[in-house]
Amino acid sequence: MRTNEIFMAIKTDFPEVRQEEETGAVIIPKESLLKITRYLKNHRLAFDNLHCITAIDRTGRVELAYTLYSISEHHGITLKIYLTAGEENVASLAELWKSANWLEREVYDLFGVIFLNHPDLRRILNPYDWKGHPLRKSYSHPEVSIKPRL
Amino acid sequence: MNTSQTKDICTEEFLINMGPQHPSTHGVLSLELKLDGEMIRDCTAHIGYLHRSMEKLAENRTYTQFIPYTDRLDYVASMNNNMGYVMAVEKLLNLEISDRAKYIRVIAAELNRIASHLIAIGTFAQDLGAFATPLFYCFREREKIIDIFDQICGNRLTYNYMRIGGVQFDLPKGIDEKIKKFIKYMRSKVDDYDWLLTYNTIFLARSKHIGLLPKDLAINYSVSGPNLRASGVKWDLRKDEPYLVYEKLEFDIPVGENGDSWDRYKVRLEEIRQSLKIVEQALGALPEGDPTVKIGRIHKPSPSEIYLRTENPRGELGFFIISDGSAYPYRLKIRSPSFSNLAVLPELVKGLKIADIVCILGSLDILMGETDR
Repeated sequence: MRTNEIFMAIKTDFPEVRQEEETGAVIIPKESLLKITRYLKNHRLAFDNLHCITAIDRTGRVELAYTLYSISEHHGITLKIYLTAGEENVASLAELWKSANWLEREVYDLFGVIFLNHPDLRRILNPYDWKGHPLRKSYSHPEVSIKPRL
Repeated sequence: MNTSQTKDICTEEFLINMGPQHPSTHGVLSLELKLDGEMIRDCTAHIGYLHRSMEKLAENRTYTQFIPYTDRLDYVASMNNNMGYVMAVEKLLNLEISDRAKYIRVIAAELNRIASHLIAIGTFAQDLGAFATPLFYCFREREKIIDIFDQICGNRLTYNYMRIGGVQFDLPKGIDEKIKKFIKYMRSKVDDYDWLLTYNTIFLARSKHIGLLPKDLAINYSVSGPNLRASGVKWDLRKDEPYLVYEKLEFDIPVGENGDSWDRYKVRLEEIRQSLKIVEQALGALPEGDPTVKIGRIHKPSPSEIYLRTENPRGELGFFIISDGSAYPYRLKIRSPSFSNLAVLPELVKGLKIADIVCILGSLDILMGETDR
């Protein structure tokens, strides 16, 4: 199925979703994340593979991007959630896809997004006692200076 | 042994650390094992010892400057990493490359896939106790591929060969003869491995039915590459979402039956045969022309975001690039196959012996450079 068809299929059951114009990603409110992903996994769309979770710091808000694929149906979609500053928390998907466990730990480690009901939310790439979340734009390392840009 | 007997000899559980400095963890991986005698009750993997914060580095490098960093992700398959990254940037720039460059990329990527699988097979056999011989044989063959790469781009490990818009150099004169000679040589060597190693009794006893990874669990954990195919899922991006010129080339996707360690080994061995087939065809169909589009070194793509994944020797490597219109990526996420392939390890080892964990790790063929990034 094409991205637009998948979007329309989601839209009929969940009218609160909308489509990001430039990218075609499906933007969902953070409250309905679990509801929609459960539907995507078990519905005939059969998204059996949570391929990648990542975040983008847009200074002021953090965007979460979930890349889902269906190996049986040969299609994929990107889900996005906009998190406002100060409310960087969202439900964990570890109960639906096991791959979410480590992927969410990575987003927590590098961006500081809290995943609620995650089975084991610890840092993964940085040392366990690391301070701060390095991929935030506001992060600065006390010993490393960044060279001026072109 | 029945349960009434084992109940009496149950020992106290204890913790043991395997790694980060351990020869069979294939890099700086630390495993915390909860043991009951020699039986593994639980396993926790600690990663990050090789974390270099590539994604943060990328935000302060131009698109061209970041190419050599991708060499250091999966450092035994640098060509494939280079290719995945430059293809992602080309998609961002809407850049079409010449046919010759596409064929050269396929040749380089497939030769590197063979080299990478040779390391996987050699070290796997070494882990199982076939001391030195298979490893030396595999490295002898790999050396020939490295010689070819040395001639193509001047490097032996971190190639930095792909460029946005093509490749760094055209193929040197006489290299096709050398590659053809190698293909013939390698075919006979793969047959050698088959009768030396594949059906060896000790090898079978150590790897058959060890580390069973069922199909559903593999997909649920987002395992990819030969590990997924060994579980019986016929999924290969080169066929299912063809890029470059793969749809014009004829090759099969080998799949396993049970998803055990032996199947994962066997799938890799078969993939070497298929890659040789691909290189042979690509070399025959190599068009003339200039391989590189001349577009300068500074690229300023319009604000957009793309995600592109390619089939690496270890699985699906994805690059998620977000551009804000400047010469630097606003955000660059690397989805590395080994990260997801390693996450499944604790599921596979429970209830097995310590010696089996070495076998399973070897068969999963993880690489810490791209796991930790």
